[in-house]
Amino acid sequence: MTLRKAEKVFDVLALIAVPAGLWFAFMYAPMEVRMGAVQKIFYFHVASAWIGFFAFFVTFLMSIMLLFTKNYLYDDIAEASAGVGVIFCTIVIVTGPLWARPTWGVYWTWDPRLTSTLILWFVYISYIMLRKFIDDPDRRAKFSAALGIVGFIDVPIVFLSIRWWRTIHPNVVQPGGGGLHPGMRTAMFVCLGVFTVLYICMMIKKLRLIRLERRVRSLEG
Amino acid sequence: MNYLMAVFSIVKKDVLMEWRSKEAVNSMLVFALLVTVVFSFIFEPGSETKNEVVGGIFWIAVIFSGLLGLGKSMVSEVQGGNLEALLLSPVDRSAVFFGKFLSNLLFMLFMEAVLVPLFTVFYDVNIVARPKVILVIFLATYGFCLLGTLFSLISVRTKTREIMLPLMLLPVMVPVILGAILSTNVFIGGFPAENAGNWITLIASFDVVFTAVIFAIFGLIIEE
Repeated sequence: MTLRKAEKVFDVLALIAVPAGLWFAFMYAPMEVRMGAVQKIFYFHVASAWIGFFAFFVTFLMSIMLLFTKNYLYDDIAEASAGVGVIFCTIVIVTGPLWARPTWGVYWTWDPRLTSTLILWFVYISYIMLRKFIDDPDRRAKFSAALGIVGFIDVPIVFLSIRWWRTIHPNVVQPGGGGLHPGMRTAMFVCLGVFTVLYICMMIKKLRLIRLERRVRSLEG
Repeated sequence: MNYLMAVFSIVKKDVLMEWRSKEAVNSMLVFALLVTVVFSFIFEPGSETKNEVVGGIFWIAVIFSGLLGLGKSMVSEVQGGNLEALLLSPVDRSAVFFGKFLSNLLFMLFMEAVLVPLFTVFYDVNIVARPKVILVIFLATYGFCLLGTLFSLISVRTKTREIMLPLMLLPVMVPVILGAILSTNVFIGGFPAENAGNWITLIASFDVVFTAVIFAIFGLIIEE
């Protein structure tokens, strides 16, 4: 039961990391002059975006591994990572407009990054739904692996297509300046670390749940 | 039996079946025509904005009726266990896939060939204003049928049958749909053809990438 031990370790780690992340975002990082407190959302937004993409990348890798090895462990990891990834992706899509409204003046803009993230979210929502609609474990593993692979390869093409689409149309809003204050950068990387711990923590929990479900099903059948 | 022969036999079977029943093509055509008519209420008759939206309406008609046709073509394979029989046959499994893909592509191209003149009738717009539009239509339909055939094969074996098909297919098809609509609009609007060049390359790359991906993984996905 090493997974159980790892779960305990990461529970404790998350308990320490989350308050630390909050402290860095709200206390340590300087207040943005123009945007004010609303800019604080940036630390959680960027960290969840990074973790979300990483989670889908894990699903992609595990899908390939599953197809070539037929080891169900990879299928379980792929499923867990997609589920956790959708949570982080949802955080990105919700926090983005919350920040954009006071800053850009609109909730949503068809910016390449926003739109690609939304499309990505749709792909993995359908991935999770697909898994729910197939009973046979072997079929479920292989079919969802197909979607996991095709969906991820599609991401750069989607991004490129939406970027071209936007360059044809006039850009209504421009994202704020590129330079980041050193204090803000530190807070951002700390939050990234915190969210990585959270990701691993949630992954272990989800993985344990999936393994238990599989065991229950095999005992029933 | 070699690879190409296997692909060809499946296409032949599907075309023959369709020739006798005319179920898929007819229902696709009626649906596409319906979309064409219903969506004409978007703008005032004879309005100038027409040229900006007509490409979009064309592709919406194609995509939605395509979803209908793909679902139909796979359900008829599953009924009676024909798909299982095909996959049991001693040929490469991807040959079965490409056979189904080619017949879906044929039916959709046929439907589009009928749909284009209808747009001239209802919207007074010639979709195929320049020969290059035919290339756009072919490449985009190729990409749509490619992933459409894969996902319809998957979705038909889920509990909900066809419901999963659009949910899986539409997000992944975004680059093709976007490219097809915008490049069609370039030609309809009479803008310089270079504006559509990038899009055509993008759709072609999409087709090449996913043909290769499916060729590589299909045999591993369908194994029973």
